[in-house]
Amino acid sequence: MRFSGTDTYVAPRDLTLAVNAAIALQRPLLIKGEPGTGKTLLAEEVAGALGLPLFQWHIKSTTKAQQGLYEYDAVSRLRDSQLGDPRVADIAHYIVPGVLWQAFECDTPSVVLIDEIDKADIEFPNDLLRELDRMEFHCYELQKTIRARHRPLIVITSNNEKELPDAFLRRCFFHYIKFPDRETMQRIVAVHFPTLKQELLREALEVFFELREVPGLKKKPSTSELIDWLKLLLAEDIPPEALRAKDAKDAIPPLHGALLKNEQDIHLFERLAFMARRKAP
Amino acid sequence: MLVDFFLHLKTRQIPVSTQELLALLEALQARLVGPDIDDFYLLARTLLVKDESHYDRFDRAFGEYFKGIEQLPGLDAEIPEDWLRLAARRHLSEEERKKLEQLSYEKIFERLRERLAEQKERHAGGNKWIGTGGTSPFGHGGYNPAGVRIGGDSAGNRTAIKVWEQRAYRNLDDQVELGTRNIKVALRRLRRFARQGAASELDLDGTIAGTARNGGWLDLHLRPERHNAVKVLLFLDVGGSMDDHIQVCEELFSAARAEFKHLEHFYFHNCVYEHVWRDNRRRHDQRLSTLDLIHTYGRDYTLIFVGDATMSPYEVDHPGGSVEHWNEESGAVWLQRLVAAWPRVAWLNPVGEDYWQYTPSIAAIRRQIGDERMFPLTLDGLERAMRRLASARG
Repeated sequence: MRFSGTDTYVAPRDLTLAVNAAIALQRPLLIKGEPGTGKTLLAEEVAGALGLPLFQWHIKSTTKAQQGLYEYDAVSRLRDSQLGDPRVADIAHYIVPGVLWQAFECDTPSVVLIDEIDKADIEFPNDLLRELDRMEFHCYELQKTIRARHRPLIVITSNNEKELPDAFLRRCFFHYIKFPDRETMQRIVAVHFPTLKQELLREALEVFFELREVPGLKKKPSTSELIDWLKLLLAEDIPPEALRAKDAKDAIPPLHGALLKNEQDIHLFERLAFMARRKAP
Repeated sequence: MLVDFFLHLKTRQIPVSTQELLALLEALQARLVGPDIDDFYLLARTLLVKDESHYDRFDRAFGEYFKGIEQLPGLDAEIPEDWLRLAARRHLSEEERKKLEQLSYEKIFERLRERLAEQKERHAGGNKWIGTGGTSPFGHGGYNPAGVRIGGDSAGNRTAIKVWEQRAYRNLDDQVELGTRNIKVALRRLRRFARQGAASELDLDGTIAGTARNGGWLDLHLRPERHNAVKVLLFLDVGGSMDDHIQVCEELFSAARAEFKHLEHFYFHNCVYEHVWRDNRRRHDQRLSTLDLIHTYGRDYTLIFVGDATMSPYEVDHPGGSVEHWNEESGAVWLQRLVAAWPRVAWLNPVGEDYWQYTPSIAAIRRQIGDERMFPLTLDGLERAMRRLASARG
């Protein structure tokens, strides 16, 4: 099994290597990177490319590690007991398997996505050490140990909101998705808009990378924002010349709302544009 | 294998463990990458480095260690003449060299080429340039002509720009806070959970008790979710003698901000008087009256001072003792007011506990806030302070 990018996902060399290392050595892969660089998408694309089922576990601030393993549905059992349902005698009916359980029991190898692990409580990663390491856990209610039939490929994403504990990091491979350079970006755009005119693309990328260079932006526009923006440009049928008008009065690119998501950023950018205009003869 | 590289990373303060070295060797054994140093670099980075803030350090360490090795000999590469001469000088025994000297250079080259080919087959089966096999260019595992480093220019088809020399991650190194996790874990001792807001969570115990009371008919009980309800006022000493402790204070502050939802911070200089300020750059025009604070924040707030308490004793004991302005009332009076307003108090002192007895002002402050309420600003001291604050005595 080897991953080498897909028709809809451009994976640079370092990323494919990290994914292949995680596949070959069967370790979890921790992915970090700026928001909008395709961290979450990676798991879906890997699963799609390798033809494996994907199990997704989206983490929230209230998520507990136990929920990924299984949950005991006491309320259903209580209700069944009230109604005299014969199922109530067997506790196994009320054990709801979590994402990791499903992946461990899967007949084929699978891909598990643990999305935004940094959103959870600070102890959350520590509670999953053994499960990720040995790929097994004990179900107390059923008195049995669940072992992975095939070690799934586990992809974990993080936005760096919390530091992860060392013991957890030791067990993972790590990859930081760097912001794509111009060349990679062209390939990414080509994947999404195969019919885009070269001229428009060149101008748009020019504006885009210039915008990323603006100092002091709170949230730099990323790949997903560029794609959205291009979609808008196409929908509005904006000609390439409109993007080129750098020295003219309208130094602010059209539809910039798709690129800048923050009020302060827009203000900052408008101020800079205003100053640039004054400097121009 | 690769142990020297591993130790080199260690000395460059990249946190690597044996487990990761083994993983790297495993990956090499599994032939994950071909004989390409760029790929090896990417692989090693994926497996050994666990935080993007260490990428730059890794790039530098990698560059230092592998300087000059861009091409691996004995594979499909042209072997430059002068390199072979060098190899002959370094790696053949005295007798061999003597024998060789009588042969022509061409023969020497031929023999060396043979040897290279031989070596590669015997150890590694061909296309793995480093690792367990012994074709490691670092000279581990016996005789190994590949151990010679080739100068970049003479190697023929040199790889373009080496990835690690671009140092693309330089910016990340100093942006990311380091080592605050331990502080956060210590601060968590102060958590006080409370249930407030809408009842949205099933109260299992309550439901069971209610159902039992109901004679077996289901009686669902809901309750609000738990939140950390602890509220903290942080008073930070800035300037003067505190300059030595800026880093540890920054770490504490960044950890505290992440940990407590209700955190208010204020700055003071040396001792608290009638004014504090929130923004250090605007300390003269945006001052807050300390009395107002006392009236604003309720008694349920926990008061934490961070300061070295090192000053002239007059600054605590006497009206007008402040180094900055004329204070009508002494620092001691203000400290007393604060402690009376918020009985849960701790003073974190970046100066080591052993030195406290030599500074009279530290003793004076400890008299004002209570003797055992000052703790050193170390992990251990922080733990003790939080335990004390969380205890019933406050």
